[in-house]
Amino acid sequence: MTAVLSSSAPAASTHAAAGATRTPALPVAFRSLGRTFGTGAEAHTVLRDVDAHIRAGEVLAILGTSGCGKSTLLRAAAGLDSPTAGSVEIDGTPVQGIDSRCAFAFQEPRLLPWHTLQANIAIGLPAGISARDGKAKVGRLLDLVGLTDFAKHRPREISGGMAQRASLARALARNPGVLLLDEPFGALDALTRIKMQDLLLDIHRAEPTTVLLVTHDVDEALQLADRIIVLGREHGKDSDGARPGATIVHTVAVPGERPRDRGSVELARLRATLLATLGVDGH
Amino acid sequence: MSHSGTPHLTGTTVADGRAAAAPATPADAARPGSPDSGPSGSPANGWSPAGILANGWARLLLGLIIPAAVLAAWQLSTAAGAFSVVQLPPPAMVFEAGIDLLQRGQLGQHIAISTQRVLIGFAAGAALGLVLGSLVGLSKVADALLAPTIGALRAVPSLAWVPLLILWMKIGEDSKITLILIGAFFPVFTTVSLALRHVDRNLVEAARAFGLKGVKLLTTVQLPAVVPAVFSGLRLALAQAWLFLVAAELIASSMGLGFLLTDSQNNGRTDRLLLAIVLLAVIGKTTDALLGLAEKWAVKRWA
Repeated sequence: MTAVLSSSAPAASTHAAAGATRTPALPVAFRSLGRTFGTGAEAHTVLRDVDAHIRAGEVLAILGTSGCGKSTLLRAAAGLDSPTAGSVEIDGTPVQGIDSRCAFAFQEPRLLPWHTLQANIAIGLPAGISARDGKAKVGRLLDLVGLTDFAKHRPREISGGMAQRASLARALARNPGVLLLDEPFGALDALTRIKMQDLLLDIHRAEPTTVLLVTHDVDEALQLADRIIVLGREHGKDSDGARPGATIVHTVAVPGERPRDRGSVELARLRATLLATLGVDGH
Repeated sequence: MSHSGTPHLTGTTVADGRAAAAPATPADAARPGSPDSGPSGSPANGWSPAGILANGWARLLLGLIIPAAVLAAWQLSTAAGAFSVVQLPPPAMVFEAGIDLLQRGQLGQHIAISTQRVLIGFAAGAALGLVLGSLVGLSKVADALLAPTIGALRAVPSLAWVPLLILWMKIGEDSKITLILIGAFFPVFTTVSLALRHVDRNLVEAARAFGLKGVKLLTTVQLPAVVPAVFSGLRLALAQAWLFLVAAELIASSMGLGFLLTDSQNNGRTDRLLLAIVLLAVIGKTTDALLGLAEKWAVKRWA
């Protein structure tokens, strides 16, 4: 398994040369986005007044405590969920319904258990691609995520980390202008998570698409992102005290080129600030 | 080693427990069931039941024990003259009746026409059940529109359809096949519509996120996900199909195993009557076993 993983780095560079069918990265904008679930007395506001602009090719990490609406924001970008206020724009046009310019990787791999990894990845292929091009692309992606030897395996025959890599490959098969990652490494063990983060950086170097990454892991955000936004509640801003719903309470640009030194002092300071924003005392 | 030893151990503890309990509580000893069932229920020879069941042939043999015992009891009771020949003819006589009908070329016809009716009715009913079950299982509108009516139709006992079917379609193949279709439809419809409602939402959402929708989503995610449920519905439907076949043939027919039943009853041919029953059991079980093999393959492929 480690051998397979370590082979992914050179594979990424060969893929960059072969990536002729790449779609350009697209900018994303959240415009006064709000989402309220239910109506009347049962209404529950999760997000309000989210305004953000993400440059084409940027890696944005969305941090927040659990249940703060991180996933809701990401689902709005994918068109899996519709905001009740404001809008999401990709490349200047609003997202309406499932958007084919996006690709989504979920917290769980969500692979079809009756398909091989190869067939699962092929589900991500954009509509209208020829069978031959599709097959070639799936082959390249299997190589990229180091799963070539497991192409014919079923999801239940592989480990969680491998399944998550297949899920990532499925998302990449779409040639996404925007790659949406919803805590994709959250369920993995610490060691596998670090390897997956490195793989994601390799992938981003090979296919520099726009990435929106939802995470609750501050270190992961610092390691991967160009910029981090923190979702949370603003306290005591209005007359009625805390307003319902989370919004962007903090935005930081992460200094330094990737891959970053996990032990850097500058990042450690930033880490303490972010943890404090999330309501955890820095130690 | 330790595995095969386990039943021994339990056997002795049960026996020990009984020996200890018997003198202490006389009320227990007076109850005939509990002390005796202990030792006879546990395997005395030290075989592991799980080990036996893992072997296909042993399993088959085990399944044949009761039919063989019934056959032996049948033979012994008729040989002893416990029943008159009209009440219960001996097995050999039933066998001869089968050979006789076979030589006249009638048995093959009876079996063929009955099997044909079951297969056509089953196929049509299952297909209809699959389509309407998918519709009701996937669409809330279709559910609200169709489910009450289909539920009410299901409440109608099967035989109640017979006069109407004969009136509309006359006594022919159509009315019989339609009755079998009705019988096969409901198990498939019910299992498919229920199973589709419980397909993993996460998988469906993931597929939708990659642009799958409508028929493509149905055939890529939803139907494969319910394949095991569909097969259990199909097996129920096949059993129902045989049930409804006999109902259809008992009432109006000139051929088929159901006809053989009524005809033999009218002519006092108990041997042929028993033959028809045995044939229904054997053919029904065979078709079910074939479907079971398909189910095994499908579950392995899709689950």
